[in-house]
Amino acid sequence: MNPVATPFFFYLLSAMALISGVLVITRKNPVHSAIALIFTLLSLAGLYLMLYAPFVAGVQIILYAGGIMVLFLFVIMLVSVSRVERESQFNKQWLVGIAATAALGVLFILVYAKGKSVFPERTVQLPEQLNTQQVAVWLYGTYMLPFEVASLLLLVAIVGAVVMAKKRI
Amino acid sequence: MVPITTLHYLVVAAALFVLGTIGVLTRRNVVIILMSIELILNAVNLNLVAFSRLYGLHGQVFAVFVITDAAAEAAVGLGILIAFFRNKETVNMDEVDLLKW
Repeated sequence: MNPVATPFFFYLLSAMALISGVLVITRKNPVHSAIALIFTLLSLAGLYLMLYAPFVAGVQIILYAGGIMVLFLFVIMLVSVSRVERESQFNKQWLVGIAATAALGVLFILVYAKGKSVFPERTVQLPEQLNTQQVAVWLYGTYMLPFEVASLLLLVAIVGAVVMAKKRI
Repeated sequence: MVPITTLHYLVVAAALFVLGTIGVLTRRNVVIILMSIELILNAVNLNLVAFSRLYGLHGQVFAVFVITDAAAEAAVGLGILIAFFRNKETVNMDEVDLLKW
């Protein structure tokens, strides 16, 4: 089944992602930044769906927009001070930072302009109904060891977060 | 209209990466710096998923791993932020100078 109006949705979702990305790094109030970040994450989930990756899109919505952003909002409520909003939002090296990033952007543009032919035009038609099953087969087959290491990483992160946030250890 | 190729997705991902880098390098608020890191990780994820269209499902599996890392990083980073806020009553990055001399 051929998708309909793919270019339109691609440009819509990309524009949403980029505009909310700009809002994330320019808003004064961290809560507004968090809401803009949620919009970026949701439009990226849409882009994943357009790339025939429904499992990653679901994980993106459940874990990122549902889990990590709630964590962010909790911490914003714990540490937010209204004094911060009146202070300068950008540090003293902002000009150097933007110059360095502009250099990085130029590098990206050069690489993509020169290496356009490297990326093949073909697209593998992945069977979309079996996406989740196939990801699971890879996760529990070839990528078994990284999977276990990831679980260990999460355990260490839980312990570390609790230790960090505890009043006295 | 031009059909959407992998390159289109890569350009969007590069733009998101640059935005995240600007946020990390220029903002003072630690919470927003952590959010910019999430932007960077999402740009990487978009690259991985876009390439999984060309080279099979490895990219999607790695995107799942990157999301796991993002969760761990957010938890530890926000824990550090809370510990820091308890000591100094601020969330500004340039006031984290305990290890400077």
